[in-house]
Amino acid sequence: MIMLSGIFRRPTKAIVLKELIFKEIDDLIIGSLGITAFISLFMGAVVALQTALNLDNPWVPKSLIGFATRQSIILEFAPTFISVIMAGKIGSYITSSIGSMRVTEQIDALEVMGINPLNYLIFPKIIALLFYPFLIAIIMFVGIGGGYLASVYGGLASAEDFTTGLQETFIPWQIAYAFIKTMFFGILLATIPSYHGYYMEGGALEVGKASTTSFVWTCVAIIISNYILTQLLLS
Amino acid sequence: MIQVNDLRKSFNGEEILKGITATFHKGKTNMIIGASGSGKSVFLKNMLGLFDPDDGEIIYEGETLNEMDIARKSNLRKEMGMLFQHSALFDSLSVEENIMFPLRMFTTMNLNERLDRTNEILDRVNLVNLNKKMPSDISGGQQKRVALARAVVNRPRFLFCDEPNSGLDPNTATVIDNLIQEITHENNITTVIISHDMNSVMEIGETIVFLKDGKLAWKGTNMEIFKTDNEVVTDFVYSSNLFKKVRIAQNEGF
Repeated sequence: MIMLSGIFRRPTKAIVLKELIFKEIDDLIIGSLGITAFISLFMGAVVALQTALNLDNPWVPKSLIGFATRQSIILEFAPTFISVIMAGKIGSYITSSIGSMRVTEQIDALEVMGINPLNYLIFPKIIALLFYPFLIAIIMFVGIGGGYLASVYGGLASAEDFTTGLQETFIPWQIAYAFIKTMFFGILLATIPSYHGYYMEGGALEVGKASTTSFVWTCVAIIISNYILTQLLLS
Repeated sequence: MIQVNDLRKSFNGEEILKGITATFHKGKTNMIIGASGSGKSVFLKNMLGLFDPDDGEIIYEGETLNEMDIARKSNLRKEMGMLFQHSALFDSLSVEENIMFPLRMFTTMNLNERLDRTNEILDRVNLVNLNKKMPSDISGGQQKRVALARAVVNRPRFLFCDEPNSGLDPNTATVIDNLIQEITHENNITTVIISHDMNSVMEIGETIVFLKDGKLAWKGTNMEIFKTDNEVVTDFVYSSNLFKKVRIAQNEGF
């Protein structure tokens, strides 16, 4: 809480802050697009494949493959599983970059210059991660696309069956639920690793330890809040 | 001028600074010396406002640091320059961007004006054509000079240097020392330098504060330090074989 209140005090010059935010969007969001899309494409394909392989009963329609893929990707895979992956990718990056700045006195240098390091370093990351739902929206499309490709070109279901399944019992609130979760996870991804980096003490070894600790705690926070948010929003 | 009165600071119940009183003069290179663990860095961090003292006061040209609100403290810091022991250059910025950083943050200069000032200061620290290099691409001595350039680019009233020549070869160390002294005199800055390098003390120690176990053990000038009978100081000064031999030679009348 002390860190969060410090982030909004003594703001950095607006023009500098704007550039920092764009840089963070590039580093944290756009820079993560490749790996998350890759994972999502194949996870979507695997979900479709697994569903198809478990369809023993001929009375169960093939459209279930599209339905299962959509539900798995939108409800849990894209928001939660990708956030856990992002805790490893950008969470470690945030902790180690801020931690290295702490170790090499760069944070002290900012402070001595009269700049609020919390605002300069962490605020742009929080703002950048407010765009996290855009990444997840792309991931959802790519994941479902992966399922479609595996189903149609793998001979598991026809394109018609798959798209029928995609449209079956569609509840728009579930999309809202997924994005509310994503927004919340985005804030966790920005703040927990920043906290571990900013308040770390020691040298290079401790930077590594702080990165690991921040990954663990970010995952724990995501998993627990996922349960609580699901309970609150879907029950 | 910076006046420090009865400064005290403890960590986890252990008193690190035990009531230090000292004056740091304008337009002079004021040195704080002492062995490792004597409290020099804690003393400096208190002066910079990075630590809050438990007791005592730090007065910057009539204004007490401890009594300043956050906004005033922030403004005062804009008038400070700091050269860190390990340079503390921003890894993600080039040499030019590092030096321009304070100008960008605190002035209304446009890009051309900032570049002109940056080139002027790069020339002053004898570094030209390094503008686009990253800190990791230049040597330790060059990093120190870039850090010095960044510290003085916004014409600070107070300059702080934490062991400015540690890890440097003797020639580069002398260059850095001389640059600090010249810039101090040219701009009439109050400069405070932490060091335990006796060569630096001899070169640029216009006033010297000697700390021992968190207390002020001695104060004087670089001329006086070699003549003092204060045992604590002589133990420190003549711990170097070279200076020991110089003293023996002096005593023998050479």
